[in-house]
Amino acid sequence: MNSPAASPVTNPATSELTGGGAVRRVAIAVAVLALVAVPYAIEQVYYVNIASQILLYAVFALGLNVLVGYAGLVSLGHAGLFGVAAYVVAYLLAAGHGHALAILAGLAAGLVATAGFAALALRATGISFIMITLALGEIIWGLAYRWISITGGDNGISVSTRPMPFGLSLDAPRAFYDATLIVFLLAVGAVAIFVRSPFGAALCGTRDQPRRMNALGYHVLMIRFWAFMFSGLLTSVAGILFVYYTEFISPQALALTASAEGLLMVISGGAGTLLGPVVGAALVVIVKNVVSAYITRWNFMLGAIFVAIVVFMPEGLVPGAVRLTRSAWQSASRQKGTTRNAAASAPRPQS
Amino acid sequence: MSRKLMSRKVSRRAVLAGTAVGAAAALTRFPAPAVAQAKPFKLGLLTVKTGPLAQGGIQMEQGVITYLKETNYTIGGRKVDFVSADTGGNPAGAKTKAQELVERDNVDVILGPLAAFELYAINEYVQQQKMPVLSLAAADNLTQRTPNPYLLRASATSSQAMQPMGHYAATELKLKRAFCITEDFAFGYEQIGGFQAAFQKDGGCVVNKLWPPLVTPDYTPYVAQISDCDVVCQGFAGSNPLRFMKAYASAGLKYPVVTGETGADDALLKSYGDEAIGLVSCCPYTLDVQTDANHRFIDGMLKNYNAVPGQYAALLYVNCQVVDAALKATGGESGDREKFMAALKAVNLTDTPRGPLKFDHLNNVVGTFYIRRIGTKGAKYGLKLWNEVIKTYDNVSQFWTWPEAEFLAHPVYSRDYPPLTKC
Amino acid sequence: MTFWLLLTVNSITFGGLLFLLSAGFSLIFGLMRIPNLTHGSMFMVGAYLGTSLLGGTSGFTLNFWVAALIAAVEVAILGALMERLLLRRLAGQQLAQVLVTLGVSFMAADLCLMGWGGDPISVATPPHLAGFVRVDGAAFPLYRMAVILIAVVFAVALWLMLERTRLGAMIRAGVDDPQMARVVGIRVSQLFTIVFALGAGLAGFAGIISGPILSVYPGLDQDMLPLALVVVILGGTGSLLGSFVGSIIVGFIYNFGQALLPELAYFVLFLPMVLVLVLRPQGLFGGQIL
Repeated sequence: MNSPAASPVTNPATSELTGGGAVRRVAIAVAVLALVAVPYAIEQVYYVNIASQILLYAVFALGLNVLVGYAGLVSLGHAGLFGVAAYVVAYLLAAGHGHALAILAGLAAGLVATAGFAALALRATGISFIMITLALGEIIWGLAYRWISITGGDNGISVSTRPMPFGLSLDAPRAFYDATLIVFLLAVGAVAIFVRSPFGAALCGTRDQPRRMNALGYHVLMIRFWAFMFSGLLTSVAGILFVYYTEFISPQALALTASAEGLLMVISGGAGTLLGPVVGAALVVIVKNVVSAYITRWNFMLGAIFVAIVVFMPEGLVPGAVRLTRSAWQSASRQKGTTRNAAASAPRPQS
Repeated sequence: MSRKLMSRKVSRRAVLAGTAVGAAAALTRFPAPAVAQAKPFKLGLLTVKTGPLAQGGIQMEQGVITYLKETNYTIGGRKVDFVSADTGGNPAGAKTKAQELVERDNVDVILGPLAAFELYAINEYVQQQKMPVLSLAAADNLTQRTPNPYLLRASATSSQAMQPMGHYAATELKLKRAFCITEDFAFGYEQIGGFQAAFQKDGGCVVNKLWPPLVTPDYTPYVAQISDCDVVCQGFAGSNPLRFMKAYASAGLKYPVVTGETGADDALLKSYGDEAIGLVSCCPYTLDVQTDANHRFIDGMLKNYNAVPGQYAALLYVNCQVVDAALKATGGESGDREKFMAALKAVNLTDTPRGPLKFDHLNNVVGTFYIRRIGTKGAKYGLKLWNEVIKTYDNVSQFWTWPEAEFLAHPVYSRDYPPLTKC
Repeated sequence: MTFWLLLTVNSITFGGLLFLLSAGFSLIFGLMRIPNLTHGSMFMVGAYLGTSLLGGTSGFTLNFWVAALIAAVEVAILGALMERLLLRRLAGQQLAQVLVTLGVSFMAADLCLMGWGGDPISVATPPHLAGFVRVDGAAFPLYRMAVILIAVVFAVALWLMLERTRLGAMIRAGVDDPQMARVVGIRVSQLFTIVFALGAGLAGFAGIISGPILSVYPGLDQDMLPLALVVVILGGTGSLLGSFVGSIIVGFIYNFGQALLPELAYFVLFLPMVLVLVLRPQGLFGGQIL
């Protein structure tokens, strides 16, 4: 599989050290070209669809990572936000409205729900934040599940068409992959800009030193609020991609398990890194869809992977891999005695 | 004689063609032309092996494997490659797994899925792909008002078993006022709708309808609302009938209870206790069907899994028989999907675990349905309880006794249709 | 009238079950400062182990209460192992601990499916409690009454344990202020293991006790965990009194919500949790352990 992990250079933590802007640009270009080439390199449509799923879940994980990784706020209710956008789109399409209206309304509803989540959850941090988001996520799930007259309950809502941007049909798997890829690249770009911006720096400051940030005159709550909104925007986008991808939405997509899987993507890949969530999304989607064809007990495996990563590689796969290569590199060049172990400064979720 | 020669000739050529086509397929994206009968027949199964619906899903797979073992993995003269996919019991998973079966494994036919919401999620897709699906999921409209030409249902629509049940309750049990309760999803609505329509047609009426959610740990809040009736009709599925009947008995209610195909499934007999005695049900399958195929099927299930089967396993076994018969009719040819589909529709069998069956022009089964009552009489295979057949309805169609046009003129059975009338 | 009476009694019964489930959850939460997301799994594992002991899969058939106690002890041992082998490694990292409990709950659910299959298993009511109490035309199953009694007995026993024993004093100290507890020489790590095992055992016991009412089936864990969360958040973490009152409240909301507001049943269930988290984060009885 053409994994984007092949170019860990885009990781901000590493790029500072490799230094060369040119090298990085080349690496990014190679990665993007590889992603564009995926549907042409892969023979079977099935794997193109898997690749689309990886990208759409990567957008979800990128959004969740803004909160988990950069703001240090762990949400277990993001599937609810994902679902709000998806349900609004499906509901409006089923009611006969057009795609443009449905998508805009889906984004708007996702953002309104996010604002509600943020207003309630940001009163707390740490475990309480987890619990509030979990409860809010369960409320949304409960509505999707039981508010039958609107949501259809377990029967879900079917969507029979995909939008045709600029007259291009997205019905074919490869076309849908291309569209998802564009959205994905925009999302990665947006997160990269966000993280590098002064606002992103301030957000990381609120994660590591909230009191000091407050003393320095930053409005910690507002910074967190806007980070939450940005996270919600990406999550809503992912929800809309999801509903167009499956052409169906039902309460299972909003369940606590779905939120937990999102968190698993972020944590396993590496919270607080740009590439981590993408790698994590790939890992989870592949285990769920591809590995499950060979191993019946894939749920067990997913849980075991999760536990193993938290216990043995708590920083996640991407920073973990970087650390391992770095230490190998360093032991090789130890004689020159240049650098100290820089990998120790790899960003970590709040602990 | 000539057919035999033909098939040998084809198969020899197929060995060569097979490799050539395989190489070509690797280079181009065009689907390989269907040539080779010697190529194994790819049988796909969409089932649920994890999560709350796993019980029925695991039985589905057991039914298929029991048939394949019995035929030594050969149907219609072709070796079978069996691919089983676990949807996890959710629609998105069903979609992905259907794609996996169609696009990666290139299956010739899909058996399953289990739940109506899974079938709805893949319905558009399998039509686009012209993939024959032998569904267990009972979503009425897919063989009624919005038929999918590539869907064949050898089991039953949701309402198909409940309609005779309604008739029986009104005419033979002479009950007048029914209280209906079932899960809050399409399978539940369509079952209760079918019961209500048939029950009212024969002079009964429905007092009230309650819809607990699919996941309800304790049914007492709902049972507490049952009153003022002379029969309770429940349409629960999976493990829910057990808990419902338990809560019902615990509340001390004594009204007789009737149910459809899932509420008294034979596979539940081992889990039921005294609370289930007297439960009357209507089902397209029952252990007591006296056909050779049913004896073979039960023996196989006991031997392979040490399990007394229920309808999930039985109906999947029947699905395999249907595929087998269609393949025999086409001489092992399944490449031309439209021809293969036509052969599937034309299947007419008598020796199946459920008795004789054929299909109507909308691809739904016309077959025998059994009214049973749970008691202790006749219990076999180490069970304490048994579904005793008390009446048999032959040639039951999805339209029951209504003319097709009249039936289809109504909206599909739903939460609000047929509406409650003064009772 | 019968309707209201039946629902009320059932609400209390359900509240009793929830208390058995959530008392341990609350103590673990209060002491270790983490929501143990495997708590639903322990409930389910206890129920499954109990059915095996009852059903003779282990070679012999036991009395219901003996089986329930053995199942509870087995789950307590599993809990202790989990605390020792996994959570201990992550001491001080609350987030990692929460995530590990989540991962283990995935694994436990799949292991149960592997071990006991997908078939729902119904648990027979113990024969001496199979009857009814008849009041005013309505019938109340004896077993459900017994569950209320069991919950009360356990509540009193836990209260005595916390109030009168040395272990209880240590737990209270740990919940109040873990640092201080360590300073005065309490071996907090050992205490964690004991409380985790105790909580797990209680959850396992609740699982098998609920068997005759709920039966045992895959997915039971996910049905129960959110309810336990609501109870503990409502009542206040680490508070025994809070879990007791919270359980009864949730029992009522759950039963009446399902019956009267079916479309909004989950909304009215989780809304109080959110409100409490936002308006009174310590819960109704937070800070008062007893």
